[in-house]
Order: sequence, then structure tokens, then C-alpha cells
Amino acid sequence: MRLIALFLLLALALTPVYAEEAEPNAENPIIEARMLALSEELRCVVCQNESLAGSQAPLAQDLRQEIREMMEAGMSDHQIVDFFVERYGDFVLYNPPLKPVTYMLWFGPAVLFVLGFIAVFLTLRKRRASEVAALSVEDHRRAKELLDDGANKE
Amino acid sequence: MKLKHLLPLGIFAALVAFLWVGLTLDPRKLPSTKIDKPAPDFTLTQLLDEGKTISPSDLKGQVYLLNVWASWCVACRQEHPLLMELAKSGAIPIYGLNYKDVPQPEDPFDHPKRANAERFLALLGNPYTASAYDEDGRVAIDYGVYGAPETFLIDKEGIIRYKHIGPLTGDVLVNDILPMAKQLEG
Repeated sequence: MRLIALFLLLALALTPVYAEEAEPNAENPIIEARMLALSEELRCVVCQNESLAGSQAPLAQDLRQEIREMMEAGMSDHQIVDFFVERYGDFVLYNPPLKPVTYMLWFGPAVLFVLGFIAVFLTLRKRRASEVAALSVEDHRRAKELLDDGANKE
Repeated sequence: MKLKHLLPLGIFAALVAFLWVGLTLDPRKLPSTKIDKPAPDFTLTQLLDEGKTISPSDLKGQVYLLNVWASWCVACRQEHPLLMELAKSGAIPIYGLNYKDVPQPEDPFDHPKRANAERFLALLGNPYTASAYDEDGRVAIDYGVYGAPETFLIDKEGIIRYKHIGPLTGDVLVNDILPMAKQLEG
């Protein structure tokens, strides 16, 4: 009996639980797919670490509906993104636009990479320069002599 | 000591400076894109009088506050006494934008749509010259509202001059909004 209960419990635990995504709009699957794709690119302004597609905040639901209606009215993705930027600023974009204030964001990592590369290169070159010169034949002979000498004494 | 040995300390100090400033920033405060832009136009019915409409174009020629509120919004309740006081002082007219204020779908008493908002004003007092009834929140979206309460200061030409997100405080009112309103009043 207990075993059956345990089994049932385990079976229950295996049921996949998905976070609820935007409610699908069966009326127009093409618009729905477009809306979901676009809203993945937009930030939900209420719960800021979620995309508009993944958020269940009431405002996010309204905004998704807004996107659907704008798409049905024939607006391009670009126009809809502009609609959002006009209201909430560049902050809503997960892909920030390239402009002087975002240069650091876009080029910072590349600059750091190049600086790191230069640092590694300089360090390695310096290390090679300070490497001990190879031993001459005479040095080898003398080393062997000393080692043998030590071995004989024991 | 060689300058080179100070480099890690310098990097550390820079990092500390960045993080320190980061602590003072509020990531929930979005930069407002609406400042110095015309207040988006709308025509909505008035909350307390369905027969009358209200529109920013009717309000041109006066400096006023547009306060986004709802009966379900706890922070609105928090700022409400201050709005009452401001209304009483007559310093600046306050218009309300009543945001998505409808009873829950499972409301057991089957209240009429505007009942909650009306009750809020009846209970706590009405600081608003008039409130627009934005049932589906479309107008609020046009204003870039992402959380009530929000308060806009709008000038005589209908341009948004200032925006406060969250409950108003006496400090913001006295130090920022009222001096600015006075200046706009000219």
C-alpha cells in the first residue's frame, strides 16, 4: 500500500510543470507566432528580468494584446518596437541600439579581450627572455661529476 | 614601490566606485521618455459622470497634475491624504486617470464597473477636479505608465514637464513639483 502511494507520488512529481506562457490566440496562429517572437525581444517593464512573452503581469498581458492588435492592423515589427521605445525608452529592448552611450556595452567586451590578449603576449615574451640559457657540454660534464661524486660517498 | 603594483588596487578602487554608485540607482525607475513631449491625447468618460467626457485638449491653458490611480492600488491609498491636502490648498488642479479599476471577475456581489473607484473616493475624499475612467488601461499605456500611482505635471500647452513614479511625498511636492508648477504658471 505504502509502495503504491510512493509510486503515485513519484509519478506526480514527474509531471512536467511549465511556467505559463502567453495565452495562445487560436484565431490567428501566424500573428500569435509573430507576437511571441517579438515579445521575446522586449522587456516586461513591471517584472524587469522577464521578457514580455514570459510575463504574467497584467500590464504584460495588455501589452501583448496591444501587439496583436497592432499586427492585425498591419504594422511592421519595426513600427511596433518604435511604439514601445517611445513609451518606455531603450530599456525595453533586450537588444540595445548602437549609439554613443551604448558603445561601452557593445565594444567593452571586445576591448577587454584584446587587452587581455596583449597582456598574455607581453607576459609570455618576458618569461621567454628571462629563461635560463641552455647548459653547455662542459656544464653537463661537471654536473655529472658532482652527482657521481655524491653517489660514491654513500 | 613600482607603479605596476598599484594597478590591481586601482582596478579594485574603480570597481568599488562603480558598485557604490550602482547601489544608489533604482533599477525600477525607468528613464521617462515623455518629459517635454505633448501629453498623449485621449477622450474618456468621467469616472463620476458617465455622461461627460474628459480630454487633455479641454485642459489646455492651465497647469495641472494628472494622477494615475486605482482603488486596488495600495500606494495610491498611501499618497491619498497628501493629494487631499494639496487639493484643499488649491495650489494646482489635480485630474485623475482612473486606471483599470474594475471589480474582479469573480466579484460575488456583482458590483457595477465603477463601484470600487467610486467607493474609494466616497470613503477617503475626492481630491480630483475630475477623473477619467480608463477601463482597459489603453490611455495609461500611451502615457508609458507601468505602475500606479504615477503623477504627471502638464503645462498650459499640454506638454508633460515632470513625472513622478510611485506615491507622491511631501518632499517631492514641495521641493520639485510646486516650484516647477509656479514657474510654468508664469
